[in-house]
Amino acid sequence: MHIPDGFLGPAVWATLDLVSVPAVGLLARKAQRDLEDRKIPLLGVMGAFVFAAQMINFPVGPGTTGHLVGGTLLAVTLGPAAAAVVMTAILAIQAFVFQDGGIVVLGANVFNMAIASVLAGYLPYRLWAGSGWRSAAIFAGGVLSVLTSACLALAQLLISGVPMPRRLMLVSLGLFLVSGLIEGAVTLAAVRAIERLNPVWIRSPKDSGSRVLGAVAIAAVTLVAGGVLIASAAPDGIWSLVGKLGLTAQTAPWLHAPLADYQVNGLESAWLRKATAGLFGLVLVYVACFLTGKFIARQRSI
Amino acid sequence: MSPVIQVRGLRYRYPDGTQALDGVDFHLDAGECVALFGANGSGKTTFVLHLNGLLDGEGSVEVCGMPVTKDTFVKVRAKVGIVFQDSDEQLFMPTVLEDVAFGPVNLGLSPQKAAERACAALEKVGAAGAIHKAPYHLSSGEKRRVALAGVLVMNPDVLVLDEPTTSLDPPGQRDLVKLLRGLPQAKLLVTHDVEFARALATRAVFFERGRVAGEGTVNEIVQRFSWSRALDE
Amino acid sequence: MHHVVVERWSRRSSPLHARDARAKLGALLAFLVAISTTPPQAARAFVAYSALLAVAIVSARLPFQGLLGRAALVLPLSATFAAVTWWSGDPARAIALAVKSFISGLAALLLVATTPLTQLLNALESLGVPRPLILVVQFLYRYLFVISEQAQHMRLAARCRQGLGLDRRSRFYAAAGALGVLFARSWERADGIYRAMLARGFSGRFSPLAPARFGARDFAFLCAAVAASTAIRLAL
Repeated sequence: MHIPDGFLGPAVWATLDLVSVPAVGLLARKAQRDLEDRKIPLLGVMGAFVFAAQMINFPVGPGTTGHLVGGTLLAVTLGPAAAAVVMTAILAIQAFVFQDGGIVVLGANVFNMAIASVLAGYLPYRLWAGSGWRSAAIFAGGVLSVLTSACLALAQLLISGVPMPRRLMLVSLGLFLVSGLIEGAVTLAAVRAIERLNPVWIRSPKDSGSRVLGAVAIAAVTLVAGGVLIASAAPDGIWSLVGKLGLTAQTAPWLHAPLADYQVNGLESAWLRKATAGLFGLVLVYVACFLTGKFIARQRSI
Repeated sequence: MSPVIQVRGLRYRYPDGTQALDGVDFHLDAGECVALFGANGSGKTTFVLHLNGLLDGEGSVEVCGMPVTKDTFVKVRAKVGIVFQDSDEQLFMPTVLEDVAFGPVNLGLSPQKAAERACAALEKVGAAGAIHKAPYHLSSGEKRRVALAGVLVMNPDVLVLDEPTTSLDPPGQRDLVKLLRGLPQAKLLVTHDVEFARALATRAVFFERGRVAGEGTVNEIVQRFSWSRALDE
Repeated sequence: MHHVVVERWSRRSSPLHARDARAKLGALLAFLVAISTTPPQAARAFVAYSALLAVAIVSARLPFQGLLGRAALVLPLSATFAAVTWWSGDPARAIALAVKSFISGLAALLLVATTPLTQLLNALESLGVPRPLILVVQFLYRYLFVISEQAQHMRLAARCRQGLGLDRRSRFYAAAGALGVLFARSWERADGIYRAMLARGFSGRFSPLAPARFGARDFAFLCAAVAASTAIRLAL
């Protein structure tokens, strides 16, 4: 979701602007190193493609259609650094030309949708595409890219003091999950269609070295930890969400303790406990997405 | 006077193995206008891409006496100007002025001088009014003319036009013929449009499966290879 | 597409159009930062901001209704949040939310409506935005409408055949196929563009056109805008 101007508090957008600016600079330089100069027009044209692709409707339910968001598809075809640059360009055009998303908060939108989202979408692919779990990895990437950007946006709104009653937040989270599932399915279908035309267009994950993997993993952990930290500003919402998910009552005792109190016993600082719980939660989410993706891939069985 | 383009024994194989060019000999003299006919896939466009070094095959290609090699690419590309079939791919800058000025800027001119030359070129092709427009807002005919201006601005010795009448309405085609007639450069026209070729070319070359299968006047080639739309012969 | 109107507006002339893009960008940022840091209760400040913006619109010689209409596109989202905020018992904040997002959107729109994109990109580059990103935005914008039109044609063609009563699953995969084709044509288009660039002597570096000069009037404009925004923020 594109956050407009006027919603986020100055502390939030200033911090995110300060983070995004050097991050984008670094990514632009990395993309320039990895790809030859000839790729600049390619990146621009692929950005235009993503815009145009959002017009293609995918029927996902009675009377409802979804469309591609594109971060994961870009990462899988251009590489994560180039994909981040393209997404940044897309967000800039959306903000300036179409007034979709604010200008002062562009740093926040870039962080959510060009950096965090692309990394989260690429990570499963990078980790699992080599094994026979490629389709599941692509699906998981799609789901996670949308979930990550949406949850970060939500967290930023919460911390800016935008009031959000529990019901609205639950509905929002539900919608995010549905969008994520759609993105996973559409991305996977798109990758398969593209491969049939020319397999060379889908990158082999072995293209990037393990250093990138390490950096990406660290970034992911940082995001999770940061996300949990920010979300802890609205403890009510999270805890009632956890309560509503029935984890307090129905789950087994050994699961009950860590998640219900959102803490893992035995670790010292409260912050570390929350971060670890968040990490644990993220791992659960990854595994869930991954297994769902595997199930869906088996259904297709091509 | 030596020809502006001299090709001897040109061979080219695509990465997937197909032999696109199989020993092509070709020459183009100064001020001459030659039409290149042939079925789709006969190698016409592949051949043309060798003339300015975009493709690198076996055999020899000389432009104004200069062999086309990696070291001479930039010089050759200033001498051989190609107007591609897809104008949208050729006009890739945000405005017409920037696009036409792209060539001179690459040749080392200052932005101001490049802009001046661009204006002059646009005047010559009759598209001066489009100078600040975005290419997206131009008609097919205007795009074609702007693309031609972008090539003329580099003062080439040879003009190569790949299917220039595609998506042009008859008045547009007529204007293009008039425009090209007034240009002194040697011209190579890759075209399916026989009338267009007749109006401009003094010689025609027929491509078939990567080789030159025949050479003569336009009418001779059309008759010899039954290169017409007529259903009853 | 409605943005075509904005592009046409950006090519008009007026005192505001004539200002250097860097000055306008600086003025916009000062304005947006002032608004963003204004507490919700300062109603007079919001009135003053609106008045300042109105002055700018007049000096741009652009139609009020058209501008306000386009800026109102942000309202559905802010109205939702504003409503929620109101029901949560904070009416002042609710109004402030709606007003802030509307005025901010209008100000940003004014920048784009008085500055051709090329000038804006040049300004951003001279202010330090990395070159590769600027170029990618440039190419993106150039081909945005070309490829969107292609997608629209594909959609139309698909709709013409919808009466065949395909089930949802098949339509899903048909859409994926269309996306694949659009991808392929876009990638191949990029190859063609690169060939065309090489054919006109491109040897690796893109060069910008002559950068505009930052004059006394631009400096005066920038100072005035920053001073006004700061004054409203601090005084009201």
